[in-house]
Amino acid sequence: MTMTKKLLTSAVASALMVSGAQAAISDNTVKIGYLADMSGTYRDLAGPNGLKALQMAIKDFGGTVNGAKIEVLSADDRNNPDASSSTVRRWVENDKVDMVAGLVASSVTIAVSKILEENDRLGIVSGSAASSITNEHCTPNHIHYVYDTYPLANGTASAVVKEGGKSWYLMTADYAFGHALEADVTRVVEANGGEIVGSVRHPFPTQDFSSFVLQAQASGADVVGLANAGSDTTNAITTASEFGVTQAGQTLAALLLFLTDVHALGVDTAQGIQLTTGWYWDMNDATREWSDRFMKETGVRPTMVHAGIYSSTLHYLNAVAAAGSDDAQTVRKQMMDTPINDMFATNGRIREDGRMVHDMYLAEVKTPAESKNEWDLYKILRTIPADEAYRPLSESKCKLVTN
Amino acid sequence: MSQSFNPADVRKAIIDQQKAQDRRKMLLNGVLLLLLLAAPFAMYPVFLMKILCFALFAVAFNLLFGFTGLLSFGHAAFLATGGYTTGYLLSNYSGLTTEVGIIAGTLVATALGLAFALLSIRRQGIYFAMVTLALAQLVYFFFVQSEFTGGEDGMHGIPRGHLFGLIDLSKNLNMYYFVLAVFIGCYLLVQRIVSSPYGQVLKAIKQNEPRAVSLGYNVDRYKVLAFVISAALAGLAGSMKSVVFQLASLNDAHWHMSGEVILMTLVGGMGTLLGPVVGATFVVNIEYQLSQGPLRDWVNPILGGIFVLTVLAFRSGIVGEIQKFLRKNLG
Amino acid sequence: MTMIFGVPLAVLSGQLLIGFINGAFYALLSLGLAIIFGLLKIINFAHGAMYMLGALLTVVMFNTLGVNYWVALFMAPLLVGVFGVLIEYFLLRRIAGQDHIYSLLLTFGVALIIQGVLTNIYGVSGLRYAMPDMFKGGIKLDFMFLPYYRAWVIVVALLVCFGTWFMIEKTKLGAYLRAGTEDSQLMQGFGINVPLLVSLTYGFGVALAAFAGVLAAPIYSVTPGMGANTLIVVFAVVVIGGMGSIGGAIITGIMMGVIEGLTKTFYPPASSAVIFLVMVVVLMFRPSGLFGKEA
Repeated sequence: MTMTKKLLTSAVASALMVSGAQAAISDNTVKIGYLADMSGTYRDLAGPNGLKALQMAIKDFGGTVNGAKIEVLSADDRNNPDASSSTVRRWVENDKVDMVAGLVASSVTIAVSKILEENDRLGIVSGSAASSITNEHCTPNHIHYVYDTYPLANGTASAVVKEGGKSWYLMTADYAFGHALEADVTRVVEANGGEIVGSVRHPFPTQDFSSFVLQAQASGADVVGLANAGSDTTNAITTASEFGVTQAGQTLAALLLFLTDVHALGVDTAQGIQLTTGWYWDMNDATREWSDRFMKETGVRPTMVHAGIYSSTLHYLNAVAAAGSDDAQTVRKQMMDTPINDMFATNGRIREDGRMVHDMYLAEVKTPAESKNEWDLYKILRTIPADEAYRPLSESKCKLVTN
Repeated sequence: MSQSFNPADVRKAIIDQQKAQDRRKMLLNGVLLLLLLAAPFAMYPVFLMKILCFALFAVAFNLLFGFTGLLSFGHAAFLATGGYTTGYLLSNYSGLTTEVGIIAGTLVATALGLAFALLSIRRQGIYFAMVTLALAQLVYFFFVQSEFTGGEDGMHGIPRGHLFGLIDLSKNLNMYYFVLAVFIGCYLLVQRIVSSPYGQVLKAIKQNEPRAVSLGYNVDRYKVLAFVISAALAGLAGSMKSVVFQLASLNDAHWHMSGEVILMTLVGGMGTLLGPVVGATFVVNIEYQLSQGPLRDWVNPILGGIFVLTVLAFRSGIVGEIQKFLRKNLG
Repeated sequence: MTMIFGVPLAVLSGQLLIGFINGAFYALLSLGLAIIFGLLKIINFAHGAMYMLGALLTVVMFNTLGVNYWVALFMAPLLVGVFGVLIEYFLLRRIAGQDHIYSLLLTFGVALIIQGVLTNIYGVSGLRYAMPDMFKGGIKLDFMFLPYYRAWVIVVALLVCFGTWFMIEKTKLGAYLRAGTEDSQLMQGFGINVPLLVSLTYGFGVALAAFAGVLAAPIYSVTPGMGANTLIVVFAVVVIGGMGSIGGAIITGIMMGVIEGLTKTFYPPASSAVIFLVMVVVLMFRPSGLFGKEA
């Protein structure tokens, strides 16, 4: 770069500063990197269909933002934090990626968020469950958009206790995630006047749950709570149904269950299970209209994570357009200042810890008689208002929150 | 033998040839070294460091598998132990300089290696592989359960710190040259071991263990030592990796990692010095490239295909096949 | 109530029964692995993938062709067996005579391919397979509720295990098999087609895995990854029993099921590690496993 050019650029830059627009969109391109599990355990949650949801958002937005191109890069996270950090570092340093979307396994999300913080780029986490992501691991550079374990445990446990399920037996996946979920549930159950009469910590992953189901039956608890995820939860539910847990009068409460899991189980096996979800495709005209389009692209109904990826990408692009910049902090501020009310979120807003809080829903899996087709799976029992659902800021350990 | 042959002349010719070969080798090594020194200016340093760490891991594994003939299916345990120990120490004791953390990680992995070796060394063939696998599963179980590893969230934000309290390793270039120096040191060490009398005994054990026993060698002691050195180097690779990436995760302890290092060694050429390095470079690269490209959903089947192809068609690996080719055509 | 180490006797009896059932299941899976190793000296790391294929085929054949459980019980092992014969013929045969380790690496690669491709087709959430109607419900025992299906699993698994053992160890066919794989030239001389025998043996071994897969379909989540973790456990069983000992694999399978069941009662978090602990201890005292011949 020659001297005159340099001077000219800085002159232009300062002129822009004066005129109020902080900085234009860098390279006249907004680059989004989509990082998710494309081939492993969490594939169905976000995976290749999440990329489709992201592309739908860009298309619906118009394909450009303030005249700047929108480009998408994507990669498989291999569920591996080092592989993912290599990818994201290269995205950020060489490819000038502005925002990273997707983000599923908690180990990957935490590793990526550190890199984003170092380089001051933005991450929107849609797939991860761990509530620590906006608690002890919070950064000013990521937003946790769809859900986390706190409202899941909170919503389901308090509802079930209030309906009379006072004594609980917990089946906990024996690793950090399960322990966190167990602690959350225990707190909620006890706060509502219930009690934990027993628990078992099972290895992750476990295929045969019959032994644990037997122990749960012997405990005589009203409710069997499943503080696990994925195939552990579906295996536990299948076995519980085989051993007649619900017929014998015990209630099953799954603390983390996705639409894809329930679809895999089928209503015969899963009927009557209560769960908390951030979104369901069949709630109203707007959700149905979007889900129909999604199904045309992918052949399946969207999970809350897919819908969240769509919604958060639109929210991000709107913020970039409004701020006239793709600078991470400028966009984040714009995103925080704008409430989110769309087909995905009601009463949504992003808090200073990066947590997007929005209304959550207590759902029950339909009976075979109620279910009209393979994706007609939930009935929504109750709305859990945004402010009640998530961990209050007063309990936050996030460094960005001043109590 | 014809009379015109003078033994002294023959010896001189051989020595000259040897010298010429050494010169060629020196030249080749010099060029390689220059390339490695210049590499971070052309390629992304963290990625290069990842390759170097895995290359060291594979070199360590190959010392046992390729040169001693012992297939360990539990080497992930050492990689992870090194990484977690170093990560834990550097994160929790801010007074420690980086090299102390790395040395401590290596030592703990060495101790674990000794324990593994004592429990497994008398088992033969497949039983040896399976005992090491079982022990590594127990180690994995311990890491999943422990609070300090962060379970499946992993251990994050490990500080890179200052080498000897002086050199700032948070700068990628500094870190790279440190990793490179350690790698070259270890590579030369393994080269020395392999060509030493001790290394000759290891090869003899690989080729025919009963004969080595009957020659009066205490075979078990040789094998234990090889195992411990291999575990130490694998631990060192894990320690450095945790500093490079500033994280340690369960992926490093999973048995798939033990499988991956076998793949690296096999693809590169087991029993050759350079093979594991080439293999690690190849596998790390291909995994990275595939996960980015249009085939990103197909990484696992493609890796499986490489396994099958290597076993069926290139059992000597890349380096081994090249050596065969050179031998056939040049001498 | 009678208590044993703080656990009511009733609960303990239930756990023992469950452990026994799981053990029978392990025995069935280990059996195929032990046959393949014992007779062919192949370390079959694709065994988990074959088990998965059995389960997945059961579901897919039902969804697309309406094939019911009973037909699947024969069809799935048959198809997987044919697939196994093809793998033996096109791949494993090429490395016959090489170190065993190569067969491990080759089959590991094959398993990665099968699992990876099926993951891209069927996803990871699991496929739904309804319990056949006649197995719905169960028997109310004194100490537990025993689902009919589990009772069926134990009966059929033990029958198949015993039948296979009898065939290989006690019949003429088995004698040919053992002789043919031990000294192939001699048997070839007697006019027996040894290569075919080898292919069929491998096919039979993986068909047993597929059979276990069909049994698993109604009770476990059917996913392309379901075999990966099972594989390691089953390998541990075979090693403890003594690689290649067919009777050893059956007895050890049942024993490990019971030990695992007890661990799930007294210290559940260790239940996935206990098998490996047993393996390390057993191999320390018996280098060739419980029932293996000294090397």
